[in-house]
Amino acid sequence: MLSLYVPGDSIVHRLPAGPKLLALFAASTALFAVSGIPIHAAELLAVAGLFRAARLPWRDTLHQLRPALIFLVPIFLFHAFVTDWRLGIETVLRILVLLLLAVLVTLTTKLSDMIDVLERALRPLRHVGVNPSKAGMMLSMVIRFIPLMTREAREILEAQRARGLDRSALALLVPLLIKTLKMAGDLSDAIEARGYDPETVAPVWRRWG
Amino acid sequence: MRIAHAMIEVSNVSHRYGAHEVLKAVNLRIGERRVGIIGANGSGKSTFARLLNGLLIPDEGSVTVDGIDTREDVKAVRRRVGFVFQNPDNQIVFPIVEEDVAFGLRNLKLPKDEVARRVDAVLERYRLERLRDHATHLLSGGEKQMLAISAVLVMEPRYVVLDEPMTLLDLRNKKLVLEIIRGIEQPVVLVTHDLDHLRDFDRIVVFDEGGVMADGPPETAIREYVRAMA
Amino acid sequence: MTTRDMTFVALFAALTAACAVFPPFQPPFVPAPIVVQNIGVMLAGSILGARRGSLAMALFVVLVAVGMPLLTGWRGGFGVILGPTGGFILSWVPAAFVVGWLVERGWSRLGFWNLLVFNVIGGISVVYLIGIPWLAAVANMELGKAVKVSTIFIPGDLAKAAIASFAALIVKRSYPLIRA
Ligand SMILES: Nc1ncnc2c1ncn2[C@@H]1O[C@H](COP(=O)(O)OP(=O)(O)OP(=O)(O)O)[C@@H](O)[C@H]1O
Ligand SMILES: [Mg+2]
Repeated sequence: MLSLYVPGDSIVHRLPAGPKLLALFAASTALFAVSGIPIHAAELLAVAGLFRAARLPWRDTLHQLRPALIFLVPIFLFHAFVTDWRLGIETVLRILVLLLLAVLVTLTTKLSDMIDVLERALRPLRHVGVNPSKAGMMLSMVIRFIPLMTREAREILEAQRARGLDRSALALLVPLLIKTLKMAGDLSDAIEARGYDPETVAPVWRRWG
Repeated sequence: MRIAHAMIEVSNVSHRYGAHEVLKAVNLRIGERRVGIIGANGSGKSTFARLLNGLLIPDEGSVTVDGIDTREDVKAVRRRVGFVFQNPDNQIVFPIVEEDVAFGLRNLKLPKDEVARRVDAVLERYRLERLRDHATHLLSGGEKQMLAISAVLVMEPRYVVLDEPMTLLDLRNKKLVLEIIRGIEQPVVLVTHDLDHLRDFDRIVVFDEGGVMADGPPETAIREYVRAMA
Repeated sequence: MTTRDMTFVALFAALTAACAVFPPFQPPFVPAPIVVQNIGVMLAGSILGARRGSLAMALFVVLVAVGMPLLTGWRGGFGVILGPTGGFILSWVPAAFVVGWLVERGWSRLGFWNLLVFNVIGGISVVYLIGIPWLAAVANMELGKAVKVSTIFIPGDLAKAAIASFAALIVKRSYPLIRA
C-alpha cells in the first residue's frame, strides 16, 4: 500500500513534500491527542475535501484502502460487543482519517521527494554517526522490499499449502528468509554493479525532476 | 605505462568458492562485438561473467578492461562494464521506474539536467515512457527486464555483460529483449542456454567444468558443445 | 557499512513491515493487540546482530513515525508512537540490539536453547521493560495492573521466540551473516 504515486498537477501534488510530511506527522499526533466522534467526523469531511482538491482517481484510492477497510469491521464489532459501540465508531473514524491522510500523501508525493525530506530531517544526526544519504538509500530499499516480501510470502504459502504444510510457521518463515536473503545479496551486487559506493560523501539521493 | 587495449583480457584466472575450484586457469581476450558464453549448469559461466566487471575479484590471475585491472580500480571497471542479471527483481533497486533508471547516473555524480535528459532518452528509446511513474513491483516480467537493461544502458558503459537475461521470460518478451540486445551498439558478452540466440554472434566460448572447452565461430563451437552434451 | 549490510538492514525492516498482514488479535480489556510483527525484532537481532539488527528496527520506526501505516492493523503515524503501545514499538530498536549483542557473543556455540534465552532476554524482557511502564503512564494505569494485563502477551511471545530461534539457526547454517 506504499509508493503508488499518481501523477497530477493539483494543489496537493504541487505542495512540497516537506510540508506534506510535516502535516501528516502533526495530524497523526493530533488524532490521538484530541479524540471524539464529532471531531473525527469533521476531520473526515476535511480530508474528503483534500481528496477532491487532489483530483485522484477513485480506483487508486480504493485500491490503497481496501486491505485496511476489511480490518475496520472487526475492530468496530469488537468494540460494539466488548466495550462500547460509540468507542467503536470513534476508533474506526480515527483510523480512517489517519489512513486517508497517509494515502493522500503517498498518492500525491513522489517517493524520491519523500525520502529526500527524511534524509534532510536526519541531517542533524550526522554528529552522532548517522549517514543521512545511506539512511535515505535504505529507506527506499525498504519500500522496494515490502511488496517483494509479501509476494514471496504468498508464493511460498501457496507452495506449502499444496504440500499440506500451510499450518507451520517455520515452513513459511525459513524458505522466505533464505530466499529473500539471497535476493538481497544479489541486489547488493546489482547496486554495486551500477556504481554505487556507500562511502560516497555527497548525498546520493539528490532531488531531481 | 601500459597501453590501453580496447578489450577485456582474462589472464590465467582461477577462482574458488571455499574448497570448490570453479574456474581453472582461464585465458581469454574478448574484443569482438558479440560474444556468447554457453556451457552446462554449474560450469562457471556466471562466475566468469561476474569477474568481468569486478563483482568478483579472481583468486589468481587478472582481469583487465581496456588495460584497467579489476583489482586496482574496480570503480573504473564498473563504469566501463554494464551488467544485467538473470532475475530483474534482484536488480531493480528503487520503487519507481524513473528513479531506478536514474540511480546509476546519480552514482556517476552527473548534473541534474544531464540525468534528466539521459533518463528521458532511454525511457523513450525502450518504450518505457508511459511507465515512468509506475511502481516497479507492478511491472510485468518483460517490462521489469526492459527496465533493468535500460537502467544499465543509460550509464553508457563501453561493454555490456548479460547473464541469462531472457531465461525467466515468455517467448514474446524473449524476442523483445533479444531485439534490444541486437540493437546495443557496444560490445556484448551474453551468457545463455538458448543456442538459437547465438547464430549471428561473432564468437562463442563454451565452458565446461571451469575451463574453456571450445572457442570459435558459432557453428563449430555449438557443434562441439552439442556433441559433448550428447 | 557495506552495500550488502545496507540491503540486509532494509530487508529486515521490510520483513517486519510485511508481518503487518497477519491480523492482530485484540484481547478484551488490554489496550494493546497481540501481533505477529514483533517476531521481526527477534529475527533481525538473531540473524543480523546488534548494529544491523537495531538499525533495521530504527528504519521501521522512522517509517511508522512519519505516517506510513506499517503496523499491524495498518496503524502508523507519530500518534501511535506517542500512544499507549508506543513504548513497545520504540523498544524494538534496543531489543534487537540486545538480542544481536548476545548472539554475537555466543555465535560459535549457538544452539536452540541459548538462542531462545537470548531472544527471551532481548526480544521479550527488554520490550516489556520499556513497553509496560510506558503503557501504564500513557493509559493512566497502575504499573501493577499494566504488568498484570501484559502477562497475556507471554505465551504468544514465547512461541514467537521459539520460532524465531529455530528459523535463525537454520539460516545461520545456510546463510551465516554474522562474522561471515
Ligand atoms: N556464491 C557461491 N558460493 C559457493 N559456491 C558457488 C557460489 N556461486 C556459484 N557456486 C558454485 O560454483 C559453480 C559454478 O557456478 P556458476 O554460477 O558460475 O555456474 P553457471 O555456469 O553460471 O551455471 P548456470 O548455468 O546454472 O547458471 C557451481 O558449482 C556453483 O554451485
Ligand atoms: Mg549462471
